[in-house]
Amino acid sequence: MVTLSEAQVEAKFEQLAAKPTLSKRLWEFCRKQPLGAAGAAVVLVMIFMAVFADYITHFDPVKNDLANMLTAPDETYILGTDQFGRDAFTRIVYGARTALLVGFVSAFAGATIGLVLGVASAYFGGRFDLLFQRVMDVVMAFPLIILALAVVATLGTGVQNVIVAITIPFIARSARVVRSNALAIREIPYIDAARALGYSHTRIILRHMAPNVMAPYLIILTASLGQAILLEAALSYLGLGVQEPIPSWGLMLQGGAEEFAETAPWIAIWPGVAISLAVFGFNLFGDALRDILDPKLRAR
Amino acid sequence: MYKYIAKRLMLMIPTLFGAAVLVFILLRMIPGDICEVRMAGSGMYFDQEAIDVCRENIGLNKPLPLQFIEFVGGYFTLDLGTSMWTEKPITHEIQLRFALSLQVAIMATIVAIAIAIPLGIISAVKQNTWIDYAVRVFSIAGIAMPSFWLGILIILGLLVYSQAWFGEPWMPPIVYVPPWEDPIGNLSQLIWPAVATGYRYSAVAARMTRSALLEVLREDYIRTARAKGLIEKVIINRHALKNAMLPVVTIIAIEFAFLIGGLVVTEQVFNLNGLGKLFVTSVGNQDYTMTQQLVMIVVLVFVLVNFAVDIFYAWLDPRIRYS
Amino acid sequence: MKVIFSKLAVATVVGAGLALAAGGVANAAEMPKRGGILTYLNPAEIPSYDAHRETTFGVVHPLGPMYSLLIRVNPDNPQSATDFTCDLCEGKVPSPTDGGKTFTFKIRKGIKFQSGAPLTAHDIVATYKKIMWPPDGIPSSRKAFYRMVDTLTAPDDFTVVFKLKWPSGAFIPALAAPFNWIYSKADLDKHGLNWHTKNVNGTGPFLFVQDQQGSFTEGKRNPNYHHMGLDGKPQPYLDGIKAIVATKLAVRVQAIRGDRAAIEFRGFPPAHRDELVKALGKDITVQESDWNCALFFTPNHESKPFDDARVRRALTLTLDRWSGSQYLSKIAIVKTVGGVVFPNHPFAATKAELTKLAGYGEDAKANLAEAKRLLKEAGISTLKVNFVNRGVDQPYKVVGTWGIDQWKKAGIDATQQVLPTPAFYDTLRKTKKFDIAIDFNCQSVINPIADITKFLGTSGANNGNYKDQPLEDIYAKIEKSGDETEQRKLIRDYEKRALSDEAHMLLTLWWYKINPHRSYVKGWKIAPSHYLNQQLDNIWLDK
Repeated sequence: MVTLSEAQVEAKFEQLAAKPTLSKRLWEFCRKQPLGAAGAAVVLVMIFMAVFADYITHFDPVKNDLANMLTAPDETYILGTDQFGRDAFTRIVYGARTALLVGFVSAFAGATIGLVLGVASAYFGGRFDLLFQRVMDVVMAFPLIILALAVVATLGTGVQNVIVAITIPFIARSARVVRSNALAIREIPYIDAARALGYSHTRIILRHMAPNVMAPYLIILTASLGQAILLEAALSYLGLGVQEPIPSWGLMLQGGAEEFAETAPWIAIWPGVAISLAVFGFNLFGDALRDILDPKLRAR
Repeated sequence: MYKYIAKRLMLMIPTLFGAAVLVFILLRMIPGDICEVRMAGSGMYFDQEAIDVCRENIGLNKPLPLQFIEFVGGYFTLDLGTSMWTEKPITHEIQLRFALSLQVAIMATIVAIAIAIPLGIISAVKQNTWIDYAVRVFSIAGIAMPSFWLGILIILGLLVYSQAWFGEPWMPPIVYVPPWEDPIGNLSQLIWPAVATGYRYSAVAARMTRSALLEVLREDYIRTARAKGLIEKVIINRHALKNAMLPVVTIIAIEFAFLIGGLVVTEQVFNLNGLGKLFVTSVGNQDYTMTQQLVMIVVLVFVLVNFAVDIFYAWLDPRIRYS
Repeated sequence: MKVIFSKLAVATVVGAGLALAAGGVANAAEMPKRGGILTYLNPAEIPSYDAHRETTFGVVHPLGPMYSLLIRVNPDNPQSATDFTCDLCEGKVPSPTDGGKTFTFKIRKGIKFQSGAPLTAHDIVATYKKIMWPPDGIPSSRKAFYRMVDTLTAPDDFTVVFKLKWPSGAFIPALAAPFNWIYSKADLDKHGLNWHTKNVNGTGPFLFVQDQQGSFTEGKRNPNYHHMGLDGKPQPYLDGIKAIVATKLAVRVQAIRGDRAAIEFRGFPPAHRDELVKALGKDITVQESDWNCALFFTPNHESKPFDDARVRRALTLTLDRWSGSQYLSKIAIVKTVGGVVFPNHPFAATKAELTKLAGYGEDAKANLAEAKRLLKEAGISTLKVNFVNRGVDQPYKVVGTWGIDQWKKAGIDATQQVLPTPAFYDTLRKTKKFDIAIDFNCQSVINPIADITKFLGTSGANNGNYKDQPLEDIYAKIEKSGDETEQRKLIRDYEKRALSDEAHMLLTLWWYKINPHRSYVKGWKIAPSHYLNQQLDNIWLDK
């Protein structure tokens, strides 16, 4: 017999009480934001694909099988094979890993670094703020392709460098939005109180200001997820992204899509559909989140 | 107001200067050498001396500070220099391509507005009905599709269906003719990239139209109008729309600024000899002088549009001027 | 050469012939029609207009038709590696006198430059002096091709004499290089040696009209052209030409499909050929040919353990070229298994000779076993390779992806690093931070003795970072030997050392040129190089 303390019992009760609330909340979300729910479902499927790729398909996404190249979709290869005989479905499933990795890491890194910098800029104000703003202006205005080229050329190609290249402009954008929200918070008396208490700048920025700009942060974050995936595809298209033989949707579209667009259309269509669906899912979900968190927040 | 404008103008200078420094350094960080690309890139036999002479001729052997001074100094002497690839004046090269890029950008913006505003209005008026959902799905789909993929599908679709329906495969012209010389030829070439890009850019503007309109519809004076028994159409057209347009116009202006740089991929797919393609070519050739100027144009457009938006807001809302 | 017509195309050619015969015109199908503008695609952008300094076909395709050469590859027989004809000279290409050391060219009379000035022997001398012995500060990319030339003179207005230091079979092919456009001496004297980088003034079949950088180049018929057509009137048959710049492959294919252009002279991958034939049937004619370009994986001898010949041999043994040819020729612009010399040339290795080289044996399993044995012998259990590739699909990335998979079979783990072209050359030639790099050799006129210098460690175009004196010695003998049988034998030794014993470079496959074009383009014959047969004087449109 297990005995529970009074507090534990209470917690248990609370848990039990909370459960229906959670599912109720989910239901509420689905009812009020059916598009958002659909988006979330797409994202979940993607995450599922990425995590369980090894179990979903038994083909090797990298190994060439020249005897079976350019096979049209059939029972074995449900989406056909590419010019190296690699199963297209397998590469799409594994490609979800690359897409999610690039999407989540660059969106999180971009939004979070932007959050800290934006809040800091608002908090310190004055010259630091002015200078920081100009730097962000430059980064925002700067063509992505040059940044990406410089990153890829100095660090080399590879998933991690693609992430770096995509993260940089995200930082600038997040910092901008966060800063404008944080400016209002700086004026609230409790920040002065925290300062009077002698808290360090770091502590005030991270503990007191950052949590209060969570709404714009989350909105920027979700909006960035889809964009990161699109950017990865565009960089791959220009030859600056992820490289063979790593399975990546953008890469699958780059050479094969155009070359075999007609003789083997399955190579061109499915990776494009995968990208579109993923970005679509993230955007629908992001929009719903935006509506819930702050219906008044502008698109930018 | 003038003080505010002057202040904002002054703030543009560090941004532009920063961009100049950044592009100058970044380009030289990227490994590679235009003369190597030019001579060795074909796999053909070449003379090492030809590379050395080439480097000397286009000024790559000059010390870096001197190269930077020549780059920035050019803005004061109104001489943008010559392209390292063609050795022709950069102003000439840009002039050749500017009209095309501008035309596509304007056409794409028109397409975006034509799609976004009606859809945004419908979506707001029929909020949370299946019409709203359908419109939003349509508009988000535009932003979700990679633009080069959409471009490929458009061209392939044109080729395949024109052959199926008319017997002859048809594709848009691949050489630019100015609209005043051959308006039909011009339009039949540029309408496709304009639609592909415009559809994409309509998504953001449609969303903005919807939320701005929804916001306005919740305001008191609309309720008053409704209470007075005005019909919905009049309310939307006369009262709500006018007030909701401000953020929409802003977002379109900002999108337009991005568009100049955003045509890079579209111009590749449709073989348009515009600034975006020139940009990709110049970067690919390590043509420093040309790339620098093109980057500065993109930055300048961006900065100017932001400036215009800021001034516009300040004019509307005097509080901004004094903050 | 193989000219493939789709079945339907053959049917219409026959049909058209019959229809015209019924109209009462005998042999009308053979007789070129006059008129029309040929639009074709230029896959590269023109750097400068001066072909003497440039190396890209991007300048030869649009501007070559505006110039003449002294001699050229026979436009009606471009597949031959030895058939050269006079362009500006008269009669046949002269045979040498003075024990093979003196070549005397008689120049045609009555030829005019676009500017109106008449062409004389002095123009040819001034041009070749610029090519062979340029003054300081004037680049000339191929001056090393003319090392054997001693003097160049014009004894009278219509005679040019080249005197060589030693007799050389490489001289005539070098003269026929498609870059050796004849300029006017007056232009060179008056405007300087750099004038032609931005101006055009030639004697070719077409006159320069305009060039819009990045968009198109236009030419119109030269009424004073010196070659006669089959109909007894001066060529060219066309009224004009328009070369449209289209750097993206997909655009070029679509343009031919949508008839925005009739032909592209570089070459398409097999999938696009199939697409065009499927879509257009009789309206597309496909010409195919071996291509004077070879694709290599070049090991960096300065990077361990690739300094060990056994390791390099293991790497080449792992490549199953015969099956690779079969598969890759369906997806890439490569096909033929070959040695150091262009496969169709008399100097090239026969299949029996080839299969003796490491990695060329037909038993892939035995090759693989030998590769593993060699690696073991060299004391290597796991081999990691930093493989650097160029960021261009055809054929580099496609063949690279194949190579990585081949090496994997021997337990060699290659990571591919794909770099944009400038960064690629920087890595290949300056920083040298690679274990194995993709590499290629692509020449115009088939000239084995000049082309095989690629394998010499001392060659400027060699990227393997090695010194191999015995190989240099064999080459010196090849260069100076006047006897073709002996040269062929020496080339075998050279080949064995470069590709097999030392495996300095891993030759994958030779390129394969596929040119699907609109069937109404007549008279153009595919050459083994995209640089050759580009004057377009014998092209006509059957419309």
